[in-house]
Order: sequence, then structure tokens, then C-alpha cells
Amino acid sequence: MTTPRTDTPLIEARGLTKYFGSVIALQDISLTVRSGEVLCLLGDNGAGKSTLIKMLSGVHSPDEGQILVEGKPVRFSSPRDALHHGIATVYQDLAMCPLMSVARNFFLGNEPTRGWGIFKRYDTEAADRISRDELMNMGIDLRDTTQAVGTLSGGERQSVAIARAVHFGAKVVILDEPTSALGVKEAAIVLRYVVAAQARGLGIILITHNVNHAYPVGERFVILDRGQSIGTYEKDELPKEELLKLMGGGAELDRLSHELEEYAAEVERGDSGGPSAAAAG
Amino acid sequence: MSEEPGTPQVAGDGASAPDERVRRRRWYQEALSKPSSGAIIAALVAFLVFSWPLWECVGDAGACYGRGFLSARGVANWLDVAAQAGILGTAVTLLMIAGEFDLSIGSMIGAAGMIVAIGMAEYALPPMVAVALAFAFALAVGAFNGWLVTRTGLPSFIVTLGMLFLLRGVTIGMTRLITNRTQVGGLSEYTDGDPFSTLFTGSLTLPFLDIELKASVLWWIALTVVAAYVLFRTTFGNWTFGTGGNSVSARNVGVPVRRVKMVLFMCTAGAAALLATIQVLEFSSADTARGNLKELEAIAAAVIGGNLLTGGFGSPIGTFFGALTLGMTQVGIPMAGLPGDWYRAVLGVVLLVAVVGSNWVRVRATGVRS
Repeated sequence: MTTPRTDTPLIEARGLTKYFGSVIALQDISLTVRSGEVLCLLGDNGAGKSTLIKMLSGVHSPDEGQILVEGKPVRFSSPRDALHHGIATVYQDLAMCPLMSVARNFFLGNEPTRGWGIFKRYDTEAADRISRDELMNMGIDLRDTTQAVGTLSGGERQSVAIARAVHFGAKVVILDEPTSALGVKEAAIVLRYVVAAQARGLGIILITHNVNHAYPVGERFVILDRGQSIGTYEKDELPKEELLKLMGGGAELDRLSHELEEYAAEVERGDSGGPSAAAAG
Repeated sequence: MSEEPGTPQVAGDGASAPDERVRRRRWYQEALSKPSSGAIIAALVAFLVFSWPLWECVGDAGACYGRGFLSARGVANWLDVAAQAGILGTAVTLLMIAGEFDLSIGSMIGAAGMIVAIGMAEYALPPMVAVALAFAFALAVGAFNGWLVTRTGLPSFIVTLGMLFLLRGVTIGMTRLITNRTQVGGLSEYTDGDPFSTLFTGSLTLPFLDIELKASVLWWIALTVVAAYVLFRTTFGNWTFGTGGNSVSARNVGVPVRRVKMVLFMCTAGAAALLATIQVLEFSSADTARGNLKELEAIAAAVIGGNLLTGGFGSPIGTFFGALTLGMTQVGIPMAGLPGDWYRAVLGVVLLVAVVGSNWVRVRATGVRS
């Protein structure tokens, strides 16, 4: 399958299992992410994607299995702890405080300070400057970092969150459905920042159920279904249509495209004056 | 400036670099987007309205000197009323920005005041020790409030409502047990000539204007300055905004959300103890009923000050002017010859206008999408 690389993975999961009461939320999941690699975690709703990333980001601890960061086994006590190990997670909607400025959001929890003792104070000027420069480095040209985050579009907010993770030394960035609430253009912008972060040597775990978003940027795909891994695939061994099929919607999509074809044929025969059917796929 | 989209702006030379995509806002839009602007306008309006009957004295200061809203005594009077709402309001503001409420502070005024009074009158404690005990008690209750709210996840409205009743009941019950009354008076014999007590009973007279600033006013101004500094210029201030703005994401980036809330609950209780101490030492008496409804006045001052009930946005400067508005209204109505009965009605109208106004301003001027 994979030609084994010599470098140790930034993060590796071995046989992760999680139970919620009697429910097996996730069973025996393994994955690895190396520097400069984008791993896509795909699966339908309820497949266990969220549970998996919550374990990787320190929200839940696994009931069985092991997480290794740069080859060393770790046990995250909190999201903060995971962050200390260089694992940053960008959640789809809870990433920012809308009424705070971009700069203040950027440095929330890691404020730059000036002065000493009781005169130690939040360095507004440095926060504004560093956040603007750092966003610029990621190719995000923001008008004004003192504006409230609430004035940004969804894509811009995601981008700020990614830039923040990069700035604070994240080695692995986990993106939870970063494009699910976005329009086509916005999603493309966010995916471009994903590639930019990858180019800077970060490992990316991209969670999505949108194959169209995953396929252009992903190199490897882990597909989950009902808490179990269907498999890990390299991009070159997996055409997009195959990927779609594997995502559990295969049978349904087959049926849908079948119906659409029939419908198209009907239109062709002139039986219907309705709108022309779009091609499936 | 190049018209080409995506032209990188020169980074590093600060905010001076103009960007063609930044719409220049008019100065008044800029000013209105600040949380405190509405309260400043409200305070100005209140000032003009209540000093209106005195405008006839312009040019003939002698005619009006010594009476009315603008006289030295009048000003000292409404400043003192404003200070009482402001001392509480400042702490309430910080807690509100962090997304929580404290309804128990009104009862805390009664409780802390009683501890000071009974400590001195019944147990012959020096004023400093009695005051220290009251503060220790207040901080402990504040910490308990914070602990209960952050541990259980219950709304602070409910938790502190419970504490409001509990504290008032315990205060009345204990006071009657110890002293057989609900009031303790004649405390001046313990505080006269005590240098520590002058911290709460002293005053400062402004030169030329001859306006006496009571200790409460000085404490109020000092607390406002400290709160504004902490909020806007310290790490803790940033955490406060983050905690109220989005506590889940704040926690995820490492903000100790629970600790922030605990500290701020202790601040509101501490502010109540401060106000209680000032009142008890100034009037040299304590009453178990004292502080009734003060918690709502403090919230009113904060809300007129443009602070959002939902947290994450606000300013102690706004609360300062909110409290000022409140003080001027309360004192100005009887001074203008209107029956004082109407004070609450007017306050209600001011509050409603302020809330609608600040909401409108926030949406319009910051352009924040929900």
C-alpha cells in the first residue's frame, strides 16, 4: 500500500476504541499523520468522526488503544494538554468570540504581555501587529485586526482559527467540518489555507462528509462507517467515484443516479417539459 | 492605492496603512460603536434636563447659589447616589461581561454591614478587624456562588436568587438572635478618631467648585479606573471577554473559565461589602434591610452603560455614566419639584430606551453579524 517513510508520524492512533455506556461509539481505529500530509477523515453523520477527533484533541480519553505524538505515547488530560503537545483543533462553529476583535481572539489564552509584576499588561499593539502579520503569512489579507470577529464571514473566521493554530506552534491541525457551513467560494478559500498550512510542514486532519472538498486536498482517506474503519486509502489508488461509494452512500447514490438517468431519458423522449436533469456524480 | 484586489497591504507599519476595502466610518459612527457612548449621551441628557430649571440663573450665579441640582450640595448629593449604584455596578459589569449575574449583592450589603456593626458593638472588635471579617465573609460567599454556578452549570440567575433570600434571611435571623433587634446603631463611639475608618467616611473637597466628594464617590471613581484597566489592558480582562463571548472556545484555548467566573463573583460580593462598610461607618448604624433592590440598580446601571446581558461586550466606563444617569435621575426628580414617587417610572423608561438604543447602536455601528 504505502511506501513507508522514514520520518516518525506527527500523530499516530493505534486501535482507538470508545464506549458510551453500552454503545460502541468507535472500535479499533488506527491512523497516522506525517509532516506535510493531509489526512481526510470521511464518513456519514454518526459514523464516529466527532468521537475520534475528540479523542485526538483531548476532549475524551480513549477506552482502549493508544495515541502517540512523534512516536511517544501520550494521554491528553484536556484540550489544553493536547495543545501543549502541538495538537490544535479548529471546531466548525465554536472557534471564536464574535464580539471580540480579531487580534484579541487570536491571542485569547496566549496573550502577549508587556511590563512586569502588577504592571504586566496586555500588549494591544503587539497583538494587533503580530496577528496581522501572521494572517498575512498565511495569505489572509485582513482589513483590520481590531474589527470584531462577528463582522467576518464564516470562511474568514475559519482561516483566522487556522492561522492562530499555526502561529502557536501546532504541529497537527485538526479541522472539524471546516467547510460544512460555507458556500462554494468560501470553502475553496478555506481549503487553500489548508494547503498553505500543509506547505509549512504541518500535519492536517480534515474531517468532512463532502468528498468534493476532501478529494482535491487530501492525500490519504480514512473512511468511517458506524464506528468502524472501512479502510485507509491513498489518493492514487482511489478514484473519486470509488470514494463516494465507500462513504456508505454508495448504494443510495447508485440508485439516485439510476433514477436520474431514467429521468434524463424521459426528458430526451420529450415526455416532460420540466427542467433538464443534471448529470449525476 | 492599487485597485487590484488582493494587493498585499504593507504589513508591519501599524494601523496607519490605509486599505481601500476599509470603508471610512464617520466619526460619530466610530464613537457610537463604543459600548459606553449610549450611557454618555444618557448622562448628558439627564444633566441637561434636570439642570434646566436652573438655567435662568446663568449670568446671575448668586441667585441660585446654594440650592438646587447644580449647587455644590446638589452635585455632592447626586454623585453620592450615583456612587452607590456605581460601586456595585462596576463589579457587576465585569461579571456580566463574563456572562453571569449576581442577584445576591443586595442582601450581601445587609449581611456585610451587620457583620461590621455587630463585630464592633457586640464583640468590641476594632473597626479594621470587623471590616476584614465582613470582607472575608463576602469573598467566601462570592466564591461559593461562583463554585456552585461553574460546577453545576445552573444559571447564575437562579443560584444567586437563592442566595439573595438565604443571605437576607440569615442576616435578619442572626441579628435578632444576637441583638434582639434588626438594627444596630450608635457605632460612632467605636469609629471616631479611628484612622482606618476615615478610608470610608472621609471626603475630599474640590477646590474652587466647593463640591464635597464623599469617600463613596472616590471609591467609585477608583474602582472604575481599576476595572477599565483590568478589562482592557490585562490578560485577565481578555479572559473575561472570552469567557462571556464564548466560554466553550475560551476553555478550549486554555482560558481558566471557571476561575475567571469565581474571581468575578468574589468581586461583586466584595463590592457589596465595600458599599456596606461605607454605609455603616458613615451613618454609624446598620439595618438588616439595607441594600434591598440594590442588585437591580447595579444591573440597571450596567445595562444603561451599554453592557450586554448576554456577555462578551461592555465597558466599566459605560457603567460609570449609567450610574451617573441613575443618580441624577433619582435626585433630580424631587429637586425639579416633581414627586419622588415617579423616580422608578422614569428609571424604567431610561432603562428601556438605553437597552433599545444600545442594541441598535451595536448592530448598526459594529456591523456584527449574529
